[in-house]
Amino acid sequence: MTLKDLPTWAAILTAVLILLGSGLTLLGSFGLLKLKSFFERVHAPTLGSTLGMASILLASIIYFSVGQTRPVVHEILIGLFVTVTTPVTMLLLVQATLYRERLEGRDPLGEVDHPIGLLSQGGELPRHD
Amino acid sequence: MSEAILAPALVIGQLFLALAMAAAAFRILRGPRAQDRVLAMDALYVNAMLLLLVFGIGSGTTLYFEIAMVIGLLGFVATVALAKFLMRGEVIE
Repeated sequence: MTLKDLPTWAAILTAVLILLGSGLTLLGSFGLLKLKSFFERVHAPTLGSTLGMASILLASIIYFSVGQTRPVVHEILIGLFVTVTTPVTMLLLVQATLYRERLEGRDPLGEVDHPIGLLSQGGELPRHD
Repeated sequence: MSEAILAPALVIGQLFLALAMAAAAFRILRGPRAQDRVLAMDALYVNAMLLLLVFGIGSGTTLYFEIAMVIGLLGFVATVALAKFLMRGEVIE
């Protein structure tokens, strides 16, 4: 199958989805450079691994389904896998970072106005270390 | 007609993803701490996976899809192992 065989509407849809996905991924990785602290940076690349990944996978599904005239849904496997694993890795990484920061005598949660802190009226947070 | 639309989009998409990989690689080199490098490596493998998917659309074969899936699987295991290493100092206890 070549690019010429594709109907125009499918080509436009695929092109838009690829540009959207890669643009979002670039934005997320740029945030990795731009943001100041680790706890800000941990949010940025998830832009690429959620909506960026989803739109590129959708582009791939549309392209191969229209081109081969039968539904190709292998991409859902990758989508499901990345969607399940990204929160797990991020949670483990942030947990490890928090542990390391507290081991060195700093508490990153103490410096932030977070909802738990506001609820407890500035009281001491329960520590798990 | 459809090639004239899709070919530039594929080139621009690959360029964007390569730039994103360069940004993640810069953060791996720069640090400043181990957790920043692990986070950047996670971003790097997701970007590499997406780049392979876009490349697979361009080439028209489903072969690149398998490679992207393997990269996704191995990247997850690598990041979890490194996070565990940062937490405990060893991977397998």
